Amino acid sequence: MDGVRSWAGFVADNVDGVLERSLEHLTLVAGVMVAATLFSVVLGIVLMDRPVARQAALGAAGVLLTIPSLALFAVFIPLVGIGNRPAQIALFLYAILPILRNTVTGLGSVDEAVVESARGMGMGPLQQLLRVRVPLAWPVVMAGVRVSTQLVTGIAAIAVLVGGGGLGAYIQRGLTSLGNPFSIERVWTGTVFIILLALVLDLVLGLIGRRTTSPGIR
Amino acid sequence: MSDHQPMITLDGVEKRYSEDAPPAVERLSLDVHRGEILVLVGPSGCGKSTTLRLINRMIEPTSGRIVFDGEDVTHIDANDLRRRIGYVIQRIGLFPHQTIAENVGTVPRLLGWDRGRISERTDELLDLVGLDPSLYRDRYPKELSGGQAQRVGVARALAADPPVMLMDEPFGAVDPITRDRLQNEFLRLQEEVRKTIVFVTHDIDEAIKMGDRIAILRERSVVAQLDTPSRILAYPVDDFVDDFIGSGSTLKGLHFERVRDLELSNDYPFVRSSESRGDTRRLLADSDARFALVLDERGRPERWVDDEDLSRGDPSETVAGLGPKVIAMVEGNATLHDALEAMITSSAGQAVVVGRDGAYTGVVQIEQLTEVIRRMRAEAKAHYDRLRGRA
Ligand SMILES: Nc1ncnc2c1ncn2[C@@H]1O[C@H](COP(=O)(O)OP(=O)(O)OP(=O)(O)O)[C@@H](O)[C@H]1O
Ligand SMILES: [Mg+2]
Repeated sequence: MDGVRSWAGFVADNVDGVLERSLEHLTLVAGVMVAATLFSVVLGIVLMDRPVARQAALGAAGVLLTIPSLALFAVFIPLVGIGNRPAQIALFLYAILPILRNTVTGLGSVDEAVVESARGMGMGPLQQLLRVRVPLAWPVVMAGVRVSTQLVTGIAAIAVLVGGGGLGAYIQRGLTSLGNPFSIERVWTGTVFIILLALVLDLVLGLIGRRTTSPGIR
Repeated sequence: MSDHQPMITLDGVEKRYSEDAPPAVERLSLDVHRGEILVLVGPSGCGKSTTLRLINRMIEPTSGRIVFDGEDVTHIDANDLRRRIGYVIQRIGLFPHQTIAENVGTVPRLLGWDRGRISERTDELLDLVGLDPSLYRDRYPKELSGGQAQRVGVARALAADPPVMLMDEPFGAVDPITRDRLQNEFLRLQEEVRKTIVFVTHDIDEAIKMGDRIAILRERSVVAQLDTPSRILAYPVDDFVDDFIGSGSTLKGLHFERVRDLELSNDYPFVRSSESRGDTRRLLADSDARFALVLDERGRPERWVDDEDLSRGDPSETVAGLGPKVIAMVEGNATLHDALEAMITSSAGQAVVVGRDGAYTGVVQIEQLTEVIRRMRAEAKAHYDRLRGRA
């Protein structure tokens, strides 16, 4: 109980800092997610009719996920220096797989009869894609975006190790100063606010998903 | 553009899905007349769907020409062509994420109609297929029954008022009762809209019911016989057709003839039920018939009486209540098939014919039915002999 009280006290004394770090974290994640979503959805569409390339891309995106995060973050330092940049690139690569896989699955599971009737009424390939396939695949795509966002929000804690910002800073300072006052409180602050941020993002994405999905397929 | 010019002509159209496989459609030439329902029917895999999809170029022909309303459309923009042709498939393919109104408005939207015109047209079409627009306009496909979805599919195909509709087993996925109702509704609709329709089915009974003409296809979409349903039933050109239309084809032919077109016999004397037994007995004795018909006060057939019935009791009593009731009874606009059924259920050799008001008009004899069958066969045979003679 004492621990919780002293942690609450720490947060209360550092409200400004916590909010600032949370905002940094959010900005980092949001930027990465917007880019990764656009990229993965477009890639998924391009790969829709190319089974071989599709398998290759999914395989590659899967391999990316198996690379230890710290290593992946560090790989880009020689190329782009330290700061948020290497973190963004690494998080972007992690974010791809869930979205890409869901985009491919969603587009592929659209009922063939629906596409056949779209074509039969004189819709061209682009109209079939934008008016039929993408809207029908959308809930599945959004589910991928949500999974990806959770993943990225957590891993983004490591950004601080390559010179980036975010809530990871609390965890890092806490861990490197173990035994000193407030070290444990710092670790907790970083962890709890990352979890809170992830929950809020998931809620928001859930709402966005609902609002952008036709009631006919909810 | 004359009325005699076919709406659609397939001219030596061939489709090979791959180089080494036999063609799915082999050098097919076929005319579809304006305003007719032409049914393509044949065993599974014979190429019906392929043939249909060649017409709106969902499948590109390997060779041959497709002529649409006098225009060679073999090489025009396929999407333009498809917007001029309604297309209904068995699995309907309504867009689940769009409302019924949006679904129906698809082709008008593609054609760039303005909103007001689209929504007006949508309501008109929903009405036409028997769905109340105020109830169904804003629903989603998942909220419809199979039969309702099929109606929306038809409305959607009719949206831009295309002159031609292609229908691939449109009623294949619903239960028999709903199918029957959809078929009847569709025939009524066709009376109104008079489209040129190519209709695919593998069910010969559906073909007979829906078709103005039927093309019976064998492997590779080769036409085995192309003619009106009654002529095909009366004269299958070969064993393949004979097998395909199956047993009872002669009886099915009776669906196409109506009782009112027969010369009804009036050999049976008839009396009102207030007539006396004695007078009726004399009347019967003067005729060649063994029975007389008793009508009620409004002229509706009631009972059959014979001499034995009439000999009972006092000759001055009325004939009311004597003899067996009339069971085999049909209206003038019934088909000969209905008449035959009535005869068989009542195990009588004749059926009494009445007008719409139920009043007696005459009697149809079973011999007349066999005579009609003989005549239909002879006519069909003569027709084909003439064709062969000319060839
Ligand atoms: N896309 C395709 N690729 C290769 N072969 C095909 C293709 N579509 C159809 N076929 C073949 O062409 C032939 C005719 O098929 P089609 O679908 O036109 O038959 P159908 O008469 O409509 O049959 P059903 O009554 O079962 O619907 C069949 O042998 C089928 O296997
Ligand atoms: Mg078929």
